[in-house]
Amino acid sequence: MITVVRAGPLTTIQDQGRSGYAHLGVPRSGALDAAALRRANSLVGNPPEAAGLETTLLGCALRFDEPAVVAVTGAHAVIKLDGLSVPAGVIEVGAGSVLDVGKATRGVRSYVALAGGLNVEPVLGSRSTDTLSGLGPPKLANGTILALSPHHSPFPSPPAAPSLPAHSPPPADGENGLLADEVVLGVWLGPRDDWFLASELFENAYQVSPMSNRVGCRLTGAPVTRVREGELPSEGVVLGAIQVPADGQPLVFLADHPTTGGYPVIGVVDDVTALAQARPGSTVRFRELR
Amino acid sequence: MRVRRAGASAVLLECAGGDEVEAWRREIVRRRAAGELHVIDIVPGAGTLLLDGVEPDLAEALAHWPPPPVTAQRPGPLVEIPTVFDGDDLHYVAELWGLSVSAAVARLTETTLTVAFCGFSPGFAYMRGLSGEVPRLDAPRPRVPAGSVALAGEYCGIYPTASPGGWRLVGRTEVTLFDVRDDPPARLSPGTRVRLVIA
Repeated sequence: MITVVRAGPLTTIQDQGRSGYAHLGVPRSGALDAAALRRANSLVGNPPEAAGLETTLLGCALRFDEPAVVAVTGAHAVIKLDGLSVPAGVIEVGAGSVLDVGKATRGVRSYVALAGGLNVEPVLGSRSTDTLSGLGPPKLANGTILALSPHHSPFPSPPAAPSLPAHSPPPADGENGLLADEVVLGVWLGPRDDWFLASELFENAYQVSPMSNRVGCRLTGAPVTRVREGELPSEGVVLGAIQVPADGQPLVFLADHPTTGGYPVIGVVDDVTALAQARPGSTVRFRELR
Repeated sequence: MRVRRAGASAVLLECAGGDEVEAWRREIVRRRAAGELHVIDIVPGAGTLLLDGVEPDLAEALAHWPPPPVTAQRPGPLVEIPTVFDGDDLHYVAELWGLSVSAAVARLTETTLTVAFCGFSPGFAYMRGLSGEVPRLDAPRPRVPAGSVALAGEYCGIYPTASPGGWRLVGRTEVTLFDVRDDPPARLSPGTRVRLVIA
């Protein structure tokens, strides 16, 4: 049994999401930095689809009643075990110990995987909390009790740490540029680029708004000029879609995005992982993919 | 039908109207069942069909597929929704249509609706079939109860859960529209035909 002693502002259970239900209005949800969760799962010997915790900016703290093997990936944060700093990556937690994932110093979201996985009832095939529709488990609160899967072993076999495939990125996730203060995102124009002076998207620099959340990353900057009047009838939208409402300020849809939308989508970000870790105020530029 | 790209792994089929969207939706569902294409999500909109999670070369292949016939389709399943017609906006809607309240209810119960697409929240179906447009409220109500049957634009919708909403309320139903324990979880999905019947 694990007790949440400090939930942080938004710590949720996430896995790879519930795709395949968009036609019923069910968002995909899932870890925003899906690669970081997969790395954490790999470090503790879990399958990639296992559920872990996703923290937001301020981390979280957990008290363990039983020994466990955990891994922390994603944002850079000071990680403490019973008050003493420990390196990110695989951490062996003894019974009665408190693991504290601190404030993110680079990036936004840390991922905590527990060997064996969390024992959470799946909803439509996923254990993810969907902040838009409310599907899945509620967000963590102080005092929330988490259970490890009944079949877990505290020491997974084969041993977790040395089993990392050689091509895996190092646990220090920032080394690959994902946690930089300025991110450049590849964009495929369309489907509604003809509603705008689309080239402006690649000339401007934008700032990540503090209004951003799991639904979308709001950007502020020079407005994108619209060249068509009228309203777009609702249509399906994809992960990474850059929606431009009437005020011209782009919003990039993240995992909890609505399945249909009524604002034209100027282009689609090829990989939203960097936005999952982009702090408010950081700079975003777009680069056209062809 | 025109194919627009929506990122590296999705295409948007832009159709001439709701009937063509539904014809393409059925055609894609049929081809997927026959193993002719891989697609994760098939998401209709008001005038488009989004295919998400597809191979990059699908856009080209689509151009060579014969357009499915829009008419003479086998109708979708029919679902009856027992409804109490006592919504706060029923008189407004009747007046808008130039009808008495009982004649407005008759129009609502005699029309066979078809689910065009879902969105807004899980299980919320946009149903077409009514003629004319109904304007939304200028300011949405802070809370519309679950089961509210409502109109906006050319659509009829039923709120699966309580939520804020700007649609015009004409009635209410006890039917559960979305339950994650059901398979499929939504009572109304694209292509489903719906009749409102007096409860």
